Amino acid sequence: MPKLKSLEELEKLRQQLQGDIKARAGTSTTITVGMGTCGIAAGAREVMHAILAELDARGIDAHVTTVGCIGMCSREPLVDIQQGDEPRVTYGNVSPEMVPRLITEHLVEGNVIEEWAVGRVEG
Amino acid sequence: MTEQYRADVLVSCLHDRAPELIPALEAEIEQRGLEGEVRVVEAGCRGFCHMGPVLLIEPDNVFYVGVQAADVPELVEETLVKGRVVERLSYKEPSTHACISYCRDIPFYNKQERIVLRHCGMINPESVEEYIAVGGYQALGKVLGSMAPEDVIKEVKESGLRGRGGAGFSTGRKWESARKAEGEVKYVLANGDEGDPNCFMDRALMEADPHSVLEGMIIGAYAIGAHEGFVYIPYEHAGSAKAMGNAIRQAKEYGLLGEDIMGSGFDFSLELRLGAHSFVGGESTALMHAVEGKVSEPRPKHVHTTDVGLWGRPSCLNNVKTWNIVPEIINRGAEWFSSIGTENSKGTQVFSLAGKINNVGLAEVPMGITVRELVYDVGGGIPDGQEFKALQIGGPSGGFLPPDLLDMPMDYETLAEAGSMMGTGGVIILDDRTCVVDTARYFLDFLQDESCGKCTSCREGIRRMLEILTRIVEGEGKLEDLDTLERLGRVVKSVSLCGLGKTAPNPVLSTLRYFRDEYVAHIVDHKCPAGVCKALIEYYIIEDACTGCGLCRRKCPQEAISGEKKKPHVIDPELCIKCGVCFDVCRFDAVGVR
Repeated sequence: MPKLKSLEELEKLRQQLQGDIKARAGTSTTITVGMGTCGIAAGAREVMHAILAELDARGIDAHVTTVGCIGMCSREPLVDIQQGDEPRVTYGNVSPEMVPRLITEHLVEGNVIEEWAVGRVEG
Repeated sequence: MTEQYRADVLVSCLHDRAPELIPALEAEIEQRGLEGEVRVVEAGCRGFCHMGPVLLIEPDNVFYVGVQAADVPELVEETLVKGRVVERLSYKEPSTHACISYCRDIPFYNKQERIVLRHCGMINPESVEEYIAVGGYQALGKVLGSMAPEDVIKEVKESGLRGRGGAGFSTGRKWESARKAEGEVKYVLANGDEGDPNCFMDRALMEADPHSVLEGMIIGAYAIGAHEGFVYIPYEHAGSAKAMGNAIRQAKEYGLLGEDIMGSGFDFSLELRLGAHSFVGGESTALMHAVEGKVSEPRPKHVHTTDVGLWGRPSCLNNVKTWNIVPEIINRGAEWFSSIGTENSKGTQVFSLAGKINNVGLAEVPMGITVRELVYDVGGGIPDGQEFKALQIGGPSGGFLPPDLLDMPMDYETLAEAGSMMGTGGVIILDDRTCVVDTARYFLDFLQDESCGKCTSCREGIRRMLEILTRIVEGEGKLEDLDTLERLGRVVKSVSLCGLGKTAPNPVLSTLRYFRDEYVAHIVDHKCPAGVCKALIEYYIIEDACTGCGLCRRKCPQEAISGEKKKPHVIDPELCIKCGVCFDVCRFDAVGVR
């Protein structure tokens, strides 16, 4: 490994390394994927992988977590997005193909995609 | 599949209780196709030692205790794949038996303020990268980049930080003396020779977050103008030595130790020194002798080590916890640090809780916490529904605090007034089945072993006191013995050279102060109220409670118990050797002690 020559180099290294312990650091965004048996059967694992890949490609800081079935099995895979104090929005019947648009419009631009959303809980 | 992990499983407090746990977790994660998605990290101590092995799953904050390899398939399936909590493995609150699934909700943790232990159990101690990722070496960068040595000393002084090794001397003032001392060559030293029999915080810290100690030392060296330093660790603490050695090597590779650190022009090299472990070896001058390769005996300190220390040069020795706090003070400011704690005792204290307490482990709380909060809120209270009898603090030569002092705030001065001391924060809780005379005797026995023998007062005085105490617990004490103990104690305290002798009589003096009745009961009534001292107790069978099951009769090694089936049994006091087996095996609480 290269020797650190200045404070700036340390700072740069820290920023690079931060992604590595992302799961333990605080972020303001949590994406929750329904991972009950119903969710898995409907393809939730594939959706989650697509989300992880998209976040990684765009360098976005967010926690991705899983939860059990919340009862709306017919709309699985369900994906919740919560940013800071914003309302938590639930999207239904999410497929891997829908993920890039979800991330772009909701996470980056901050617009809820009304036609895909199935529910909203005030933050 | 991505490089960034969505979840980290932090495994702590293994203590060899489940060596196959981590491989089992890794294998199951791979089998489930979760590799690259979920990562297993062997993190250092989380302080919840008796609950180990413990798992913290982030970012969900799910916390599992007592996890074994057999639990792994269910845990991975439920929590890591499906995001559900396995309540069976969750922490159960001892008094209410409520199931607490998340780490942040556990009283043991949410009553704590973790400064020293800030990274313990949160990062992989073998990875300098993880330390840098959580902001490590930022303080060093700030110091080297923008602060003069005097500014650093001023900051540390203003923070009110006092040495965490036991004596509680102002760290800033110590650094200032070392800076002002004349001499080209100066040294900094880290004291990792933790000697108290019930303490494990220094070891836990070095094993869980070694880089924080190094960072503090480099900052200290810059402040006092030293270019060489030593970390002293006893051979017996192999885990600490391995972790610190590894950290030193990594820091060298990154150029955080060595010449021209981060382009600042400041040079500093650090070496690990291993030596034999002894209680007195943690005394500053004894430790310096040990680093020099001499016998670790203390010398008179009318000349401070900050003037004449290691190899006769000005030296600054601090406990590993003190060094560890320094970077945090630089990062967050003296004002922040001094806002925590009490008037004269700033910051937090790490207590290692042991004895008759539910949450045995390491807890860090603000200075000035009351005994009650420490025992009942953080410590989770006394097990088996027993009563609190005393809290012994300050290591083997600390004092005992009785129930009357439950609401006393714990800081350096208040503890000293109460006849005890902060020490390094080792705490032993006694319940009403523990005999204070016997416990005081145990500590004296430890101390007479550890006395280096240089001062007659300590070498002979402690031994005489021990002989008297032994007489008392054997039922042959006299009332005059109590005065003799007090007189001897005062002599040992005032005449001995180092801290060991100066504090050794504390266990006896403080118990005489608060639990004199118990001594008198041993001497006059020939009774041990706690039912511990074998010479003074008698086991008997409570007739009404005895079902005549015969278990005690079969287990008694002396065949001292007789009786017919289904009828109350009796113990023959002539044959009984008071081993206590009958008391332990009885399922009906039918064996009493008097």
